Amino acid sequence: MGTLAEEIFSYKLGRPVHAGETVVVDVDHVMSHDTTTPLAIQAFRKLNKQNKGRVFDAQRSHIVFDHIIPASTIAAATLQRDTRVFAKEQDMTVLQEGICHQVMPEKGFVIPGSIIVGADSHSCTYGAFGAFGTGMGSTDIGVAYTTGRSWFRVPETINVNIIGTMPYGVYAKDISLEVVRRLGVDGANYRAIEYTGEVIENFTMSERMTFANMAIEMGGKAGLIAADETTRAWLQGRTDKEYPMLRAQDPHYERVIEIDVTAMRPQVACPPDVNIVHPAEELGHIKLDEVFLGTCTNGRLDDLEIAVGILRGKKISPDLRLVVIPASREIYMEAMRLGYLEALAEAGANIGTPGCGPCIGRHFGVLAPGERALTTMNRNFTGRMGDPTAEIYLGSPATVAASALTGYITDPRAVLREAEVVG
Amino acid sequence: MGRVWKLGDNINTDVIIAGRYNVTTDRAQLAKYCLCEVYPEFAQNVQPGDIMVGGHNFGCGSSREHAPTAILANGIKVIIARSFARIFYRNSVNIGLPVLVCEEAALSSEDGQELDVDLTTGEIRNLTTGQTFQSEPLDPFIARIVQAGGIINYIEEQGTLR
Repeated sequence: MGTLAEEIFSYKLGRPVHAGETVVVDVDHVMSHDTTTPLAIQAFRKLNKQNKGRVFDAQRSHIVFDHIIPASTIAAATLQRDTRVFAKEQDMTVLQEGICHQVMPEKGFVIPGSIIVGADSHSCTYGAFGAFGTGMGSTDIGVAYTTGRSWFRVPETINVNIIGTMPYGVYAKDISLEVVRRLGVDGANYRAIEYTGEVIENFTMSERMTFANMAIEMGGKAGLIAADETTRAWLQGRTDKEYPMLRAQDPHYERVIEIDVTAMRPQVACPPDVNIVHPAEELGHIKLDEVFLGTCTNGRLDDLEIAVGILRGKKISPDLRLVVIPASREIYMEAMRLGYLEALAEAGANIGTPGCGPCIGRHFGVLAPGERALTTMNRNFTGRMGDPTAEIYLGSPATVAASALTGYITDPRAVLREAEVVG
Repeated sequence: MGRVWKLGDNINTDVIIAGRYNVTTDRAQLAKYCLCEVYPEFAQNVQPGDIMVGGHNFGCGSSREHAPTAILANGIKVIIARSFARIFYRNSVNIGLPVLVCEEAALSSEDGQELDVDLTTGEIRNLTTGQTFQSEPLDPFIARIVQAGGIINYIEEQGTLR
């Protein structure tokens, strides 16, 4: 009985659990990536007496290299080398085929009703699958690698109910930016956000992942969407584990927010915070130096397809560079088969190997002083992509692709209609 | 007793220590680059026992533990804020960096003033102005972790995580 978060914790603990309780619980999977594993290993080593030098379960402990792959500096390469030594010692596989939050579900490690802790703040993405996924620091992950457990204060839940009809040219990213605009950067602090409503129910798994991914930008502990037939269909062939289709049962929500999408417009988050959201059509004076399509937020096949629809047969503005990075090898291969990568390359895109790319300012499109970028990322903090005086704007894949053509932030609706007419 | 280093609202993890400096686990290096882009005098002048004071949503952004580690490595005794982002709060508890929520102390303390903080009672005394404040009590489980000096010490004491 309760919110989806309470249902998941109750299921895991085998007894009714309520928001506000502090619990210790077994987790289903533990994940860390190339930047966060080194500190996790340090914590793990300190607990040598407890773990006797072995992780609790090598099949449920995952290291993903995605932030700087392949390594672009000696320092990064050295950390990765040392992490590989640890993984080999522990019989753990290092995954090097894409962004952690894309690869984990693709491999079948994310199922409804499970608890997953990841050493990355966007681990909330797993909530799209009705799993309680949450980001933690390296010491927490070292503890989880040792014990297979973590401590939680079961969160209260804010319900965001999304209704109406999705307008033309408006996508899941635009709606998720609207949620951040309304809740603010700490409006969901210490809370789980539970997304409901006909719009959510009609979303594909990819659109649900975009939504769940953004929960942390409001301070959310988790971004949950109850599993349904859409979830089951996506998981088909990826896991043979059984899982419960948990839903909220007579929940008490701390707050309910309803959003009707019917009259919404494409939106862009302006620097330096994710809640500074304005319609794209009001930002046409913002001249861009870089445009980036990718990340755990919007680097999937449907995102690439939208960009191809806008860019096929055209050339991007000569005043900027377009960086495209599919979120995983699986997506990269499928995009190659479908001709998407060819179409984007012909339009002038620089296409990169699956990973986080320029999102965290290490490679594949670092920004110079005073430069401006429009991206499909989830975060636009000062200095994130390079120089602290550079500016980062966030938008949907359609907004990003349309802007790559003009060189300025561009509402995609005009470009989309034109693309349809030309056929 | 320690000097106040006053910061504003929404101090995010990229401001505390930018991503490009997270290619090290060396605490001295992390300490050196703490707040370097917005407050370069901090790392050069901070003394062990000093106190960091912030506004709302302190530590928002990434789960990277490098952020509270960089602050602790500079010898900061406690962070007092109007509110903390949850991953940062949790990370600070886990590495043994005390974090206290106290609206009035966070609002009224000014950069350069001297504070005395009793971590057991949560009482905060501003030695410059003579005012006294009481911070919010910690959850009992969290208090045990902080008192042990972090979760690793706690687990070593308990034998496991329970």
